[in-house]
Amino acid sequence: MHMADALISPVVGGAMWAATAGVAAYSVKKVQNDLDEQKIPLMGVMGAFVFAAQMINFTIPGTGSSGHLGGGMLLAILLGPYAGFLAMASILVIQALFFADGGLLALGCNVFNLGFYTCFIAYPLIYKWIMRKGYSTGRIFTGTMLSAIVGLQLGAFSVVLETLLSGKSELPFGTFVMLMQPIHLAIGVVEGLVTAAVVGFVWKARPEIIEKAASGEALGRVSIKKVLAGLAIVAVITGGVFSWFASAYPDGLEWSMFNTSGKEELEAPGGIHQTLAAVQEKIAFLPDYGFKVQEQETNANAAETEEAWPAVDAGTSVSGLVGGVMTLLLAGMTGYCIYMIKKRNKAGAV
Amino acid sequence: MSNMIASLYNIRLLDELAEKRTIIHNIHPLIKVLTTCVYLIVVVSFNKYELSGLLPLVFYPVIIIALADIPIVPLLKRMLVVAPFIIGIGLFNPLFDHSPMVVLPWIQISGGWISFFSILLKGVLTILAALVLIATTGMTRIAAALGMMRVPRVFILQLLLTYRYISVLIEEVGRTVRAYSLRSRGEKGIRFSDWGSLTGQLLIRTLERAQRVYHSMCCRGFAGDYNVGSEKRIQIGDILYFTGWGLYFVVIRYFNIPAAIGSLITGV
Amino acid sequence: MSHHIIQANNLKYTYPDGRQALNGVTFQIQHGESVGIVGANGAGKSTLLMHLVGILFPDEGEISVGEVPVIKKTLPVIRQSVGMVFQDPDDQLFMTTVYDDVAFGPRNYKLPEGEVEKRVKSSLETVGILHLMDRPPYKLSGGEKRAAAIATVLAMKPDILVMDEPSSALDPKSRRRLITLLKRFTHTKIIASHDLDMVLELCERTIILNNGQIITDGTTLDILANEELMEKCGLEMPLGLQGCPVCGAKKAT
Repeated sequence: MHMADALISPVVGGAMWAATAGVAAYSVKKVQNDLDEQKIPLMGVMGAFVFAAQMINFTIPGTGSSGHLGGGMLLAILLGPYAGFLAMASILVIQALFFADGGLLALGCNVFNLGFYTCFIAYPLIYKWIMRKGYSTGRIFTGTMLSAIVGLQLGAFSVVLETLLSGKSELPFGTFVMLMQPIHLAIGVVEGLVTAAVVGFVWKARPEIIEKAASGEALGRVSIKKVLAGLAIVAVITGGVFSWFASAYPDGLEWSMFNTSGKEELEAPGGIHQTLAAVQEKIAFLPDYGFKVQEQETNANAAETEEAWPAVDAGTSVSGLVGGVMTLLLAGMTGYCIYMIKKRNKAGAV
Repeated sequence: MSNMIASLYNIRLLDELAEKRTIIHNIHPLIKVLTTCVYLIVVVSFNKYELSGLLPLVFYPVIIIALADIPIVPLLKRMLVVAPFIIGIGLFNPLFDHSPMVVLPWIQISGGWISFFSILLKGVLTILAALVLIATTGMTRIAAALGMMRVPRVFILQLLLTYRYISVLIEEVGRTVRAYSLRSRGEKGIRFSDWGSLTGQLLIRTLERAQRVYHSMCCRGFAGDYNVGSEKRIQIGDILYFTGWGLYFVVIRYFNIPAAIGSLITGV
Repeated sequence: MSHHIIQANNLKYTYPDGRQALNGVTFQIQHGESVGIVGANGAGKSTLLMHLVGILFPDEGEISVGEVPVIKKTLPVIRQSVGMVFQDPDDQLFMTTVYDDVAFGPRNYKLPEGEVEKRVKSSLETVGILHLMDRPPYKLSGGEKRAAAIATVLAMKPDILVMDEPSSALDPKSRRRLITLLKRFTHTKIIASHDLDMVLELCERTIILNNGQIITDGTTLDILANEELMEKCGLEMPLGLQGCPVCGAKKAT
């Protein structure tokens, strides 16, 4: 459920980057303040472990299908929330760079979706709460299961919101939620099962590993106050960004994103996509292209198209097509020429 | 098993590419990271119905791939792996958006299809940009760039460690899974009942390794801080590279060149 | 000559799980000596080495290097003079390139980058892998990894080299290269190993550990040739001292 660059807008990407950077900076500070430098290699190696363990497929009994570990909850349990969040961030950075999984702009979204909710909501509020009376196989199972499910549900919902606010996809809110949440319920159950299996095993074999990590010896003691403080920071950052929108476009956010039903969207001028697109034009570093032919004839969907395709008449469409093909040809030729020149130079040099 | 080999191969391939010495490789990592950022922002800032205006941005990956001697097939393969999610979400657009957008003499294309292809193109461009960045820079120098961008050093060290131990641990996991599958009757994957103990064992071994790594760091004077070392200085060439691409991106963002070329040719 | 003397006095150490690893270990190592630490698995070799660099601290007894006691406060000094080569080079090569790995130590001591570079290059030169400077560690062969791990330690300019199984997992040629390399070093060397033939070649003195205690401490040749003693400690005479497998003739020692 990695968000992709192609699906987000610069504003959403930027806001999530800011939120993630804020949480990460706070976590780095916490990790450093704990003066437990042992944690640093532990975080690094554990990140690599989760990366590798994600590739161990297991068969889900009775279904014939297979699943694998996500790892966010495991990191939180073993490293505590701050170090866990940073380790998750590292994994996602590497996935974005080497596997183009997600993308660099969407990285903020992805770290937040996969790291924040598990480490700072599900872990302290659910897992730790269930473990408050001590560890047992049953509690470990319930705790990991519940927190994995809740963490993934929140993450999935986050994906929906980010996609919606970006306005690249036409998926209506309701449909998207109905699509994402059940899928991630299943994924969450699997994640809970496998995390519980690993944590349960390690707890039996080496109880001190699991108990030490959570006892808050150096890290991991998360008071509700701190979680709220963290949330407040994020809220302020996101709130700041959105109130900026709101002040620029007072009626923009009043339009509730919750009563959208996709199909009416096109008929409803002033939909959130349009608003945000307009906002994006204004505050995103670049206004819309300069030569836009805005005053085209208006038809039923003028609302959407006026800020979009420069024109709807056949002439511009044809010229767009011709020009586009030309551009691609030119790009291809440029690449080929460089390649040939280099090849010849190399041959000449030998 | 095969996915492990594949991802190991992928990381090592990109590492190997990053070791080349071409004009692009020699550009300062910070400059490359910044150029990539500007590029990505420009790509995604185009509104959802934009298609022809995006096309000139294809030049950036094409030129870099050519100049930096990057083989194109692995990049395309990677793209195929990542594409399904983008396509999956994007395909809803033609489903929900039927308003005619492009009117050609012989066909009408709905806004949904246009925005779908716009998403697809953006997907291709952003994926290429990320892969091209890592293939011409490498993890070590990206870390140096992050250091120059004031990313906390603890995070950088941790990132590098994760990166370093991925190949060690994938090999270790691979050995364990292979040993398991040799004794299981040709089953795919690990039986769930064994998953916890198998992964748990690996986890305990990993924790012990982390401990040893920590010790060896300590023996060389590690005290919680990490000195990234110095990267070479930014040179005029680097600045030209950045401003050159930057200007190009801005021009592309403001003017729909293909449309202009097209109207010149078709005389509309 | 009290410079770099290593003095261990009645060291006792019990792991948190209750396993007693050292049970009263006392020895003294002079400057420039080359000492092999030998013993069966679980005899306490690694635990002892970890005490030398202050990774573990004794429950009882004390240890000092060059008259500086090994305690938390003195660790920066101790770790500059005692360099440890770990058994698994993958644990020691934790950075993404050989260069950064070797530079890690000097950088931690806040040396100027020019000096760091000089040290890295000369260390890599010494172990003969300067050309692998920019390689990621996973691309090195076993022997190259070992050499790189030694270089990371040399860059710290230690006076004492502590090595845990330096020849393990090396092919015969790499092992030979390693032995030749180590022979050239003038450092005080402390080598824990099961490779008794290597110990025979490199160390004039040997300490045998068994169940956390020193069984014997003396000239390598005398100890390793003592078949009865070796048997008792779960060891075996080095092949170099055993009879010829073909004709059964005892090798002259």
